[in-house]
Amino acid sequence: MSKRLHPLAQKFFKGELTPSELLESYLVRIEKHNPSLNAYLTVSFDEALSQAKKVEEKIVRGDDLGVLAGVPVAVKDNICTEGIRTTCASKILENFIPIYDATVIEKLKAEDAIIVGKTNMDEFAMGSSTENSAFGPSKNPWDLDRTPGGSSGGSAVAVAADLAPLALGSDTGGSIRQPAAFCGLVGLKPTYGLVSRYGLVAFASSLDQVGPMAKNVADCAFLLQVIAGHDPKDSTSFPNEVPDYLACLEEPFKKMKVGVVRELAGEGIEKGVKEVFDWALNRLADAGVIVEEVSLPSFEYALSAYYLIAPAEASSNLARYDGVRYGYRDFEAKDIWEMYAKTRAEGFGAEVKRRIMLGTYALSAGYYEAYYGQAQKIRTLIIQDFNRAFEQYDLLVSPTAPTVPFKLGEKVDDPLQMYLSDVCTIPVNLAGLPAISIPAGLSDGLPVGFQIIGSSFSEPMVFQLAKLAEEAFSFQFKPSY
Amino acid sequence: MISREDVEHIAWLARLELTEEEIEKFTKQLGQILEHAGKIKEVDTRNIKPTSHPWPLKNVFREDVPRESIPLEKALKNAPQKESGAFMVPKIT
Repeated sequence: MSKRLHPLAQKFFKGELTPSELLESYLVRIEKHNPSLNAYLTVSFDEALSQAKKVEEKIVRGDDLGVLAGVPVAVKDNICTEGIRTTCASKILENFIPIYDATVIEKLKAEDAIIVGKTNMDEFAMGSSTENSAFGPSKNPWDLDRTPGGSSGGSAVAVAADLAPLALGSDTGGSIRQPAAFCGLVGLKPTYGLVSRYGLVAFASSLDQVGPMAKNVADCAFLLQVIAGHDPKDSTSFPNEVPDYLACLEEPFKKMKVGVVRELAGEGIEKGVKEVFDWALNRLADAGVIVEEVSLPSFEYALSAYYLIAPAEASSNLARYDGVRYGYRDFEAKDIWEMYAKTRAEGFGAEVKRRIMLGTYALSAGYYEAYYGQAQKIRTLIIQDFNRAFEQYDLLVSPTAPTVPFKLGEKVDDPLQMYLSDVCTIPVNLAGLPAISIPAGLSDGLPVGFQIIGSSFSEPMVFQLAKLAEEAFSFQFKPSY
Repeated sequence: MISREDVEHIAWLARLELTEEEIEKFTKQLGQILEHAGKIKEVDTRNIKPTSHPWPLKNVFREDVPRESIPLEKALKNAPQKESGAFMVPKIT
């Protein structure tokens, strides 16, 4: 074993269990708990078992093994998997079977990971609660009456309820970090361009990133190591060399100075969340981190700018669902124009329609400058504010979400209230930065996430503070699953 | 404020057939969202350049190496309707 195998894969060499036994232990839990949690939309029983057998044969033969050999990974259902249904939790892609793997899936397979299934999400990743899934919401294992967050809610539930040890999500405005926070997990949104988007179904292309979700910082770093790196198939992927994230966690940390973002940590943050957050800041100070407050005034406008930019990009990206090449089609229509309009009307859910409408409006003649154009300028101001802050601070911190997990149904009919739950996570996507959420503590028995934001490609330092915080917060709670 | 006619016009631009109920609901909801989003208009951005992308990337090239293409049968695999190696669509009027 010259390569560093994942701790679960190391068990195969200690004779503790075989890859098939490990996989089956998860499949048994999935069969038992998925009907109530709705974490997975598709479980790839047969493919997963045959993959596990292949890893077993490799071990017997003494072949070289990938670092994730035999480790099951749950994958959000907007990441293309060849031969495995990829729905984006939308009726319009209900029967869509990709003819190629996303680059992140190729990378997982190259390291002998097992794709155990595809996880539930808000339709096309548009939402903050998984309630916008065409296949029913996922339930939060901490309290089944509450949402696990979203849009990567299914991936979060899968890991939190031990239906997979690791998962991939995607984050356009907080879709990895907010569900990680709501389910007591660690989730990272990588720097824009660090992870290939090839094969990730596009929502808002200048904001989307695939990232890891796990139970602890080390696992999160491990999974990022596997999926990061330049991809010629994604022209926005960066040609930088990928650092050794696990080695970074073992190095001695330098003394860090962090800024608490006033605009993300004050007004609008629920009392219980604020209490846990302030407690967490004190633990960091005790651990020798310099903690100061910093004001980034443009952030007041970040949510508004995001809810113009993301829908604008979405309205363009989702034009491809026209019933011609793949996906659902209305067969009653008498000509092609009616076919487009009916296919899209019947195939998309309410939130997707709302965002297409919003984006089309923001881009339409007469409104472009006032809405989309102005939002793009606000985006510049947000980037400038971040740049100024990083001249003074190594990292920035805030709560991950303004509330604890809310009740299912609570915000589903009030889109604006739902959008407000992304207020702490959105500025990061607009600036393309890396940010992680780690569990800090509980409020009313529900998990509260702590967000750490770094400058571009500063994942090594983000992981270092996350590791330090993980030890300082010592979050030992688990849902009863 | 967004009017019912605006909603109908946008729905047409976006190729979405909306029900009467949806038109009413979206007129109200889009109005609320745009009122909130309209807050950005109060910011002075006269000398600020717009950002369309996190990094100033342009003209990313790669070597022009021939590779195997997707076989026709595979490319048509997910087509709702196909004929003679092509995607089939209703009459174009």
